[in-house]
Amino acid sequence: MSVIKTENLTYTYSIGTPFEKTAVDNVNLEIEEGALVGIIGHTGSGKSTLIQHFNGLVKPTSGKIYVDGQDIWAKETKLRDIRFKVGLVFQYPEYQIFEETVYKDIAFGPKNMGLPDEEIDRRIKETAELVGLHKENLYKSPFELSGGQKRRVAIAGVMAMEPKVLILDEPTAGLDPKGRDKILSQIKEYHQQKKSTVLLVSHSMEDVAKFADKILVMNKAQLFCYDDTPEVFKRAGELSNMGLAVPQITRVFNRLKQSGIDIRTDVYTTEFARKTILEYLEKRGGERA
Amino acid sequence: MLKDITIGQYFPGNSVIHRLDPRFKIIITGVFIAMLFTADNFIGLGIGMVFLLVSFLLSQIPFKLMLKSLKPIIPIIIFTSILNLFFLDGVVLFKLGFIKVTYEGLRTSAFMIIRIVALIMGSSLLTYTTSPITLTDAIERLLSPLKKLKFPVHELAMMMTIALRFIPTLIEETDKIMSAQKARGADMESGSLLQRAKALTPILIPLFVSAFRRAEELALAMECRCYQGGDGRTRLRQLHSTGTDFFALGISIVFFDIIILMNCFLG
Repeated sequence: MSVIKTENLTYTYSIGTPFEKTAVDNVNLEIEEGALVGIIGHTGSGKSTLIQHFNGLVKPTSGKIYVDGQDIWAKETKLRDIRFKVGLVFQYPEYQIFEETVYKDIAFGPKNMGLPDEEIDRRIKETAELVGLHKENLYKSPFELSGGQKRRVAIAGVMAMEPKVLILDEPTAGLDPKGRDKILSQIKEYHQQKKSTVLLVSHSMEDVAKFADKILVMNKAQLFCYDDTPEVFKRAGELSNMGLAVPQITRVFNRLKQSGIDIRTDVYTTEFARKTILEYLEKRGGERA
Repeated sequence: MLKDITIGQYFPGNSVIHRLDPRFKIIITGVFIAMLFTADNFIGLGIGMVFLLVSFLLSQIPFKLMLKSLKPIIPIIIFTSILNLFFLDGVVLFKLGFIKVTYEGLRTSAFMIIRIVALIMGSSLLTYTTSPITLTDAIERLLSPLKKLKFPVHELAMMMTIALRFIPTLIEETDKIMSAQKARGADMESGSLLQRAKALTPILIPLFVSAFRRAEELALAMECRCYQGGDGRTRLRQLHSTGTDFFALGISIVFFDIIILMNCFLG
């Protein structure tokens, strides 16, 4: 069953002014429960606007959005409940931190949900551990922490709401490669532990290729494709034409194919590349012998 | 909702009014305000309105935008006109219980409404046709004689420039923080007044933090480029006054004189 579904979703900015612009154009989409989806697209392709529709922060100009089969803009739907079901971590989420202690800041979301104190406590400790925050940091002021740690606090704040769908908008922006890999693997761990649906917006094809089962590509406000990761990277040529950088390793394999070597092109991780090359060499060695 | 703020919003264009020297525009606006406050009869006020209308037509600013600038002061207009309408003594026109409307009250409140509307429209015309940066440039130049009195004119102008520059940035930031807290279930639309005031903490604290962070970054960036105040600093945009500027100032002074004459003859 699909956890998020959109029907002809369209959003237009500043209607009736010279600045009118369609940010999301007629998107039809179904995201299955439990998927780990990477969302990619150029700056201004509409991906950020699209995800803000999923928890009702932005009201569509036309079209419908269903969360768990429920039309979120129907009269009887309470938007706040939808926001607890679909957790959204914004870009640079560390700038939304405001409480005196890390503990209290993570508690903000769960408290708004009206959970009992013991449950809140359990969730804070669990998510803090998951994102790699030390226990002694929980009672510090979040403003004493480093940038990377602040980001973890902010992500934990949304994770602690244990939403059915967790959406992260560029959670790795501005982090060094080590911090990037760490946060991504923690997100993946959360996905596996909670069996929840995770949507990850990213600029980096490499990151998405490594972590996502499925990829959603936005191009010029329209949905370009939504498919399993290997299927999407088979269309590497089209992606490059859009100005999206396909993973370097995929480019290498495409060039090999172009130069007449009969090799598969749906390669997007280094491990798989190694396997493919070895297989190819073995096959060729066999032919020669 | 935050995007509806228009005060100080520049509407780009290339009309005669846009091209006027900003220093002259400020002085002319001053003369116009003086016109409104010296006029003590409707004919004088009407002449002021003609002046406003002509400059408005010359500026090619859409009428809708002008009306939008009046929106925030509607409560003030209503409040002052009610005060004047009901609480002035004089010839009673009609009476309803303890409420009485006098001729003087009616006259004064009509007068006040026209005066306030013209005042706001006139000053909005200045900000609509002059970009904030040029405006502060002009203010700095106009105030420069005060430097002799050790008044920090340049610093003041720089502060204004920075403040104006950061208004849209901070509005955008507020929008973003509000969305982020709403996504965590913050409830800002319901509850008592106290609850709503409390609900602002998650927005104000991050906003302050980021404003200070930006200030620090900006200060550092300025120092890196050896900024050290106004002394010996040259400008990218030089202000030049032309014949048109003097002509426009002349016209507005003529209007001002006519209004003073009207006061003498009709007052």
